[in-house]
Amino acid sequence: MIGIVGYGSYLPRYRIKVDLIAKQWGADPEAIKRGLMLYEKTVPGQDEDTITISVEAARYALQRARIDPQKIGAVYIGSESHPYAVKPSATILIDALGIGPHVHVASYEFACKAGTEAMYVAYSLVKAGEMEYALGIGADTSQGAPGDALEYSASAGGSAFIMGKEKVVAEILFTHSYTSDTPDFWRREHEFYPRHAGRFTGEPAYFKHIHNAGTSLLEKSGMQPKDFQFAVFHMPNGKFPQEAGKKLGFTKEQMEVGWISPWMGNTYSGSSPTGLSAVLDVAKPGDKIFMVSFGSGAGSDGFVYQVTDEIEIVRDLAPKLRDMLDNDKIYLDYGEYAKFRKKIILNE
Amino acid sequence: MISPRYHREVAQRYRLEAGKCKQCGNISFPPRLVCPKCKSKTFETVQLSREGKILTFTIIRVGPDKFSKETPYVVAIIELFEGRSSNDGVRLTAQITDCDVNKVEIGSKVKLVFRKIQDEGKSGLHCYGYKAVLI
Ligand SMILES: [Zn+2]
Repeated sequence: MIGIVGYGSYLPRYRIKVDLIAKQWGADPEAIKRGLMLYEKTVPGQDEDTITISVEAARYALQRARIDPQKIGAVYIGSESHPYAVKPSATILIDALGIGPHVHVASYEFACKAGTEAMYVAYSLVKAGEMEYALGIGADTSQGAPGDALEYSASAGGSAFIMGKEKVVAEILFTHSYTSDTPDFWRREHEFYPRHAGRFTGEPAYFKHIHNAGTSLLEKSGMQPKDFQFAVFHMPNGKFPQEAGKKLGFTKEQMEVGWISPWMGNTYSGSSPTGLSAVLDVAKPGDKIFMVSFGSGAGSDGFVYQVTDEIEIVRDLAPKLRDMLDNDKIYLDYGEYAKFRKKIILNE
Repeated sequence: MISPRYHREVAQRYRLEAGKCKQCGNISFPPRLVCPKCKSKTFETVQLSREGKILTFTIIRVGPDKFSKETPYVVAIIELFEGRSSNDGVRLTAQITDCDVNKVEIGSKVKLVFRKIQDEGKSGLHCYGYKAVLI
């Protein structure tokens, strides 16, 4: 049996309400809350970035997996906000967690799906018998240009998954990926904010890729939407995942637990992985989980998981996602948020 | 240029590695060459626990240049719980992050987290280490 042996998530404590962003740019907050189903989003502290978020998420994953970090043979971090353009984020993470130095690391980048890429490769290496354990992480401190629609959603957080063969808490039964050249969203080298082409963002990008990956994954598995207790989709806002899931035949009840974007925002590479983490926090042995990520550019990775008895043993060994999402929040005003996100030009 | 020193201190800054005296058991953090209690020079490496309590603290309202945009912030002396009587735990100095500075109290329980401490200018290294958060 191959799958997840330990999982962990981390969300910063800071939040900004969508109302304040709308007010700043003269938009109607009610229209945004209704239209995008977004209420507030996480904001990283001034001392947080993709590396610190990854370290805390992976520390929780290790707590749950209860394994010797030295046995981890690979660490992959997927993000569109790696702190260095050249120097893999995982080089710092392994030193912080006592992994390696006999370890293979790499940074992945694929807009919002870099996290599931990291998970897929980690899983594949264990499946191939190359190593006992591999760690895949999706984390981001995404930026939307001030006044841009993405500013309402771009948030911060991440999740880490240790793949292995023994004491598996969620077996990976099937995977499927779907990728095409789609010009919906990109960021050129040295540019601070990403660009997006409005007319490509919905139907030809998000919905097309999730639907094709999802349909093929259902075919491959021989399962139907009713066979699953939970479904998780990439969450660029609150509205899109509900629509994509419905189109594939999933119900609101199946999507409820993993649908965290209205209060978290879009954590990019950490989006669907963190939805999965919220599901694992409550899933029962035998439950099946359907998950499809999406990254602009564009592509989707799909996974079918089956939860095992081990979940009951590991669940309480680290903080749960809902607790991090709902408790101990520190609200920022727009000025503080702009300072935290380095949107203010300062003298050197 | 701070990176060479930072790099040498990675084990203590990232993983809280301390030196435990093989002769008297005293734990030195940061690690030392000579035990301050018994003058022995043989140590084993141990990893400190990540939880403790605030012994004393100060609120920095006028910070050094590098941190002047982050004021006010709290710097505290923390005693870590080492699974023994909580009175003889190892002490270290750390910033208390993610907090309302007016809510920090002597005796508050804290946990150490991995955070960015400073940047080496606009194009230099990011320097990471431990800070504490209230729990
Ligand atoms: Zn001694």
